[in-house]
Amino acid sequence: MTKARLMELLLSKWKFKTKPYIDAHSKSMIVQCDKEQVPLVCDWLFNQEEYHFAGLIAQEKELWELCYLFVGPKEIGYIKIITTSALQDPNFKSVSTLVHAADWHEREVEDLFGINFEGHPRLGDFILHDDIWQEGVKPMSSTFDKKAALNNLEPKLNWQPRRILDLKGAFIMPIGPVFSGEAESLNIQLETIGEEIIRAFPRLFFKYRGVEKIAIGKKVKDVILLAERNAGTSAFSHALAYSLAIESSSDIKVPKRAQMLRIFFAEMERIRSHISTIEAICNSTGLVVAASQVAILEEEMLRLSGELSVHRYFFGLCVIGGLSKDCDEKSCQKAIEKIKNIILRLDEIKDLLINTSSFLDRLEEVGVISKSEAKTHDLVGPMARGSNHCNDLRKFHPYLGYDKLDFEPSCEIEGDGYARLRVLFDEVETSVKIMEQVIPKMPKGEIFAKVNIKASTALAGVETPRGAAWHWIEIDENERVKRYRMLTPSFTNWHGFHLAIENFAFQDLPIIMATLGQSVAENDR
Amino acid sequence: MSYWVKKGLKTGVVSTHYPKQEENTSGITPGLPQITDDINSDNLISVCPTKAIHKTDEKLLLESSLCIHCYRCSRDTKEPLSWSEGFEWASFEKNSTPFSSTFGHSLHICVVDSGDCGACLNETKLLNSPLYNMHRLGFFITPSPRKADVLLVVGAVTQQMKGALLKAYEAMPTPKKVMAVGTCALSGGVFEGGFIAENGVSSILPVDITVPGCPPPPLAILHGLLSLAGRKNIKRGTK
Repeated sequence: MTKARLMELLLSKWKFKTKPYIDAHSKSMIVQCDKEQVPLVCDWLFNQEEYHFAGLIAQEKELWELCYLFVGPKEIGYIKIITTSALQDPNFKSVSTLVHAADWHEREVEDLFGINFEGHPRLGDFILHDDIWQEGVKPMSSTFDKKAALNNLEPKLNWQPRRILDLKGAFIMPIGPVFSGEAESLNIQLETIGEEIIRAFPRLFFKYRGVEKIAIGKKVKDVILLAERNAGTSAFSHALAYSLAIESSSDIKVPKRAQMLRIFFAEMERIRSHISTIEAICNSTGLVVAASQVAILEEEMLRLSGELSVHRYFFGLCVIGGLSKDCDEKSCQKAIEKIKNIILRLDEIKDLLINTSSFLDRLEEVGVISKSEAKTHDLVGPMARGSNHCNDLRKFHPYLGYDKLDFEPSCEIEGDGYARLRVLFDEVETSVKIMEQVIPKMPKGEIFAKVNIKASTALAGVETPRGAAWHWIEIDENERVKRYRMLTPSFTNWHGFHLAIENFAFQDLPIIMATLGQSVAENDR
Repeated sequence: MSYWVKKGLKTGVVSTHYPKQEENTSGITPGLPQITDDINSDNLISVCPTKAIHKTDEKLLLESSLCIHCYRCSRDTKEPLSWSEGFEWASFEKNSTPFSSTFGHSLHICVVDSGDCGACLNETKLLNSPLYNMHRLGFFITPSPRKADVLLVVGAVTQQMKGALLKAYEAMPTPKKVMAVGTCALSGGVFEGGFIAENGVSSILPVDITVPGCPPPPLAILHGLLSLAGRKNIKRGTK
């Protein structure tokens, strides 16, 4: 399919007031629709033509503007379905009844902007918890007064979690926000009549810091700090997505050496993140020796990152225009040798793990997500690839120079915890292969290009360790951010969290959570 | 299952010898900028995004509790600052003391994530890994605040976590101490102006000891715990 063909199809199906066009600068297709048309067009794109849903971006301009962002294969690129409404009429038709992946996005926009989505089955009490904030607080709208909102907190003491189950003896088992060990803060409401979890509702956003709100009015150069520190365990990938977006919209030519080094560091981060998830899986099944062995490898990866970039989590390394620190071929080569050794030892542990029946019993056929479920929720990353829903951005929508590298994305079909674990092991090996290919392609020279930021709208996607992330930034003439939207993989994947949990027993919960390996901070923003 | 035992034994002891011996393997710390007397550049102040480098009485100073390791002062300026390698950064707040020797042998720690990005939490988790193994020093992480001596708080305290954090603190038996770990917990860090408490944990709870860093490496947190147990003599804060 080409862009022209897609345009023809769209025009044959609907009558648009403004003809769809291709934006000369961003090369993305813009389809301006009426409110009534939006659900139908989105439904057709998502369910018939199988485009991926990346996210919903709401903006308050002279009008309310909603942009449903879809991603097609490389030759199509981004498709933006845009609709508007007058400021005094914040009502739109809900898309989520037809495109389920948009469900949480619409809830977020309703909570933060006060936009109503007609037909949405469940709005309210999402990001801003009803038992803390008063009604009508809309932090992202221009009329928001933070001081007044904080002075008028109205804790609703009679707040009750939503109940669906109407069975004798049914009750809700709440977990969190503070629970055992070094867990991230979240609350899960589990509806049950005893042993089996029948319904699971994650109540997230305890860690809502308002990253997108803080970014407004800040210098473009400083917002990268927010992108990076929002989710420390995948900091480099997010900083990369942010930089790529700005570089493409401001026509900054990043030197080839920096591009190759970026791939090198991004893959290194992926390896470390996956090792960390594998450690959590071993820990959740009570295999202390295995967990300790993997933890040694994780710490070694962190130390190696520290040696190469000074920072153990690559903070401050990726900057707009390139990288802030060079890394010569010799140290890269040495790092690869070390990583190969780490992976050799990881393989030994893997061989032991797949021969440990008590371990496999807890993973196999537990926490199953079917392919069709993964598709309706449009899950991303290893969580989706364990269910045969393959959407690796490195292949599907290549950036940097991934299209010139030889690698195969991993995919498994079972959709259970074991399949997800195999994807993790597999991707670690793929990442080393990519890193090896990158070094000979690295020319000598600069790692930083001159940065001249233009007023524009920037968008870029990166395959982070947990899946596809998109960063969308609108920049004004003074090099300041007008609107920043982070579409993170954890936000997408927590939406599908209940698919894995429901119909399994209580003792499976920590293990399933570990195999999903999602970050709460990345979701909460 | 015997192969796991074998595997464990074969690995042997890999833990660091800190605090008995110094630890200086490369990559264990992100470092902190070092300001010496001969450096006096206003450029450094403008390049620092969190105002960690500031001027008082014509003298350039570093407020380590604000530093977020962006490395701009060492990579973006013509007169780059050098970075120190150390990690013994913990300092007591004014008027707070370590545990008395009766309680200092073994501490149970309750970790509360009050809005952390995951990095501080990961570094805390690694304290339990064989390379640091804090059990050998008598430090244990407990699942419940009821059994805890120390409340270890990571992350900028968000509006929606305030309540849970307070409840965890109130549930702890006395004597109890609060340890704030990481720049976000100390000052809000890059999230300043967001939906967080203004001065980090100290605006909600009485903080006893602070560990700066973004994130502080495991050894910095360990240093804080040792100080809290009264087994390390450290500087006292002036705040």
